[in-house]
Amino acid sequence: MTAVSVRALAKRFGDVTALDGVSFDVEPGELFGLVGPDGGGKTTLFRVLTTLLLPDAGHATVLGQDVTRDLWSLRRRIGYMPGRFALYADLSVEENLGFFASVFGTSVDEGYALIAPIYQQIEPFKTRRAGALSGGMKQKLALSCALVHRPDILFLDEPTTGVDAVSRREFWDLLARLSSDGLTIVVSTPYMDEASRCDRVALMQSGRVLAIAPPAQIGEQFPRPLVAVRAANRFALLQTLRALPDVASAWPFGETVHVSDRRTGLSAVQVASALEGALRSSGLDDVSATPISPGIEDTFIELMGRPSETSAA
Amino acid sequence: MTTGHAIVARALTRRFGDFTAVDGISFDVAQGEVFGFLGANGAGKTTAIRMLIGLLAPSDGEAVVAGCNVRSETETLRSRIGYMSQRFSLYDDLTVRENIALYGGIYGLDDAAIRARGDRMLRDLDFLASGDAFVRALPLGWKQKLAFSVALLHEPSVVFLDEPTGGVDPITRRQFWELIYAAAARGTTVFVTTHYLDEAEYCDRMSIMVDGRIAALGTPGDLKAQHGVRTLDDLFVQLARGSAGANA
Repeated sequence: MTAVSVRALAKRFGDVTALDGVSFDVEPGELFGLVGPDGGGKTTLFRVLTTLLLPDAGHATVLGQDVTRDLWSLRRRIGYMPGRFALYADLSVEENLGFFASVFGTSVDEGYALIAPIYQQIEPFKTRRAGALSGGMKQKLALSCALVHRPDILFLDEPTTGVDAVSRREFWDLLARLSSDGLTIVVSTPYMDEASRCDRVALMQSGRVLAIAPPAQIGEQFPRPLVAVRAANRFALLQTLRALPDVASAWPFGETVHVSDRRTGLSAVQVASALEGALRSSGLDDVSATPISPGIEDTFIELMGRPSETSAA
Repeated sequence: MTTGHAIVARALTRRFGDFTAVDGISFDVAQGEVFGFLGANGAGKTTAIRMLIGLLAPSDGEAVVAGCNVRSETETLRSRIGYMSQRFSLYDDLTVRENIALYGGIYGLDDAAIRARGDRMLRDLDFLASGDAFVRALPLGWKQKLAFSVALLHEPSVVFLDEPTGGVDPITRRQFWELIYAAAARGTTVFVTTHYLDEAEYCDRMSIMVDGRIAALGTPGDLKAQHGVRTLDDLFVQLARGSAGANA
């Protein structure tokens, strides 16, 4: 039985199409990522899957139960960490946790073994008001509250947005541990680097799924050879590249610019030497170009740029 | 103090009761430079920025920004700097042009200047058709680009950007940085915070704050070489993890 099954799910809010025919499956025990920017439809999808919102069309089951018909039994079995901090700021850490346990008819003691690796990191501050916690601590408390009733599946909506790189890494270490213990996890993020830690990712944009694949295979969907170009003056480099007639795409990536060429039949090595030559004749003499393998973010940008050619996978 | 510098901070310190949020930081930012100001949540970045833009008095030390002492010349300082905070920069219930007029008015521009600069801004952003749209109807990425341009409306010599690209799609994030490059090419100093370490690579120089102090300062390339790391992400984790217990 699949853990999540979504078929042609659609949801509109007035003129805005939040979900435009989304279909995918999540296998039991999978760490499944929804990757995409604000407004891509990720939160609406979470709200449908957690039985908080009715879809306009389509069908979804979670743990084999229909999200619109079986919502009461389903709600006991899912854990949900919404994107906005949704704990009680005026209650202490331990009061929040006790409250969420009691809502599900259980106790902190019964759920303790599962949450211990996370909760023990904030337990020294258990009498502190939740509103007075740092961002990283709030996030760990929210995860503990979503897990305390020992759910069979966990939904996390942008748990790391606005959180610094160190806390982000630690949070993903926690998710990896939960996942290796067999918990099914569906998690959304705007950070492409986090996608690489999922078993599979779905790229979402404008209510559609642009691609679904294991992270390592997403890059293979990039349609042309890709080259990383560097030069001391990156702004001049970018402007020069954009003006070259054969350049199909040129986007800054960290210290380099990733460039693809619209001519077919050229290898990445040929593109690299052609680019070096063209840039030198344009007056940039300190350039170097190296063939690279496209990553998730390269593919995402490529697929975003031509939405009409893509369909919900 | 040094001339030719947009920002000069010397032993800048801020305490709240027993807690030292910013612990004697010193650095310079050159005019026209793009300076990345990085650090973990709770490291003291926001407190430091609030002192640099004249909203919070230092407990100790001093800073000169755009030629103004941040303690004693706050009025002049505010007219010479721009500030874009994360997501709170524009009024949702006003149209694009109304927001431009409001900010222009606050900074003392006359109607003709507001109209001329507003038109040029909307043309540069390719937003002319959306001038009468309510800001709340714009996609987040448009709002961020608009907020940045509005922060530049009064032609400040230094602009402070606090996490301008959080949650924005990867194309818009890059378009935003092209606006930053263009502003720097016109001579504006850009002081920017971000949680995206790949964006730190776009800066001329950057610093990493850890527990109220500046733990690293230099060009992205020099910092990676000095610390023997392959990426800025690795450097950030190496420096900030030592204090992870404090901001866990």
